[in-house]
Amino acid sequence: MKRHWNVAIWAGFGVVIVALVSYIPIFARFPLTRDVPWANYLLFLLGGGLLAVGVRRAFQDPEHYRGKISGSVFAVLSVLLCGFFVVGTVYLTKQIPSAERALRPGQPAPPFVLQDIAGKQVASSELLKGHRAVVLVFYRGYW
Amino acid sequence: MTEFHDRGVEVVAISVDSPAESQKLCQSRGYSFPFLSDPNAQVIRQYGVLHPKGGEDDKDIARPAEFLVDTTGTIRWVNLTDDFRVRARPEAVLGAISRLGG
Repeated sequence: MKRHWNVAIWAGFGVVIVALVSYIPIFARFPLTRDVPWANYLLFLLGGGLLAVGVRRAFQDPEHYRGKISGSVFAVLSVLLCGFFVVGTVYLTKQIPSAERALRPGQPAPPFVLQDIAGKQVASSELLKGHRAVVLVFYRGYW
Repeated sequence: MTEFHDRGVEVVAISVDSPAESQKLCQSRGYSFPFLSDPNAQVIRQYGVLHPKGGEDDKDIARPAEFLVDTTGTIRWVNLTDDFRVRARPEAVLGAISRLGG
């Protein structure tokens, strides 16, 4: 008897890959899906569920379904990828120094003169002059 | 962004990136507010948001942070995240601006 291609395994692994790679280009752009990456966790769950169905089929009904080996390999890979994502989002991105030395509300903001993207010198006093307030956004940069 | 400008508030981004690098970023993302370059992290250090050796080749960079400064040059609101994925939401900053009064 011809054995079926085990679609659930491949679809499941595909969803797991999407769950992993979609965070930075898509879900990290919106605070709602960025701060707690629930959309990606859901995708991992969905992919894992599909894989589980596929692997179960392969082992319970090997006469009809292929995928004992590929299913096992993809299942292990998926666990690793999911683990990498969870470690990355709950641990790695928190590896920044504590902010105890940061200036606090009520303290004077140190004045500065820095170059903008056109190479022009911009002074904080100039920025404040024309506005009600200035929001300084410090970011890590793209080094 | 227009909402900040409507309220008379300027937003300024600061990092150790060179003006050329920031220009690339602005072009690709379409940012129109000023991006300032603090290559030696001097200003970043003054504000207490230095991340020593946080960058490539142990370069000193800024840890993510937002400061709201009023016209007298006083800091009125600060957001210090403990996770660089999680930045201040615009609503939170606008809320702080509303509380400035005046």
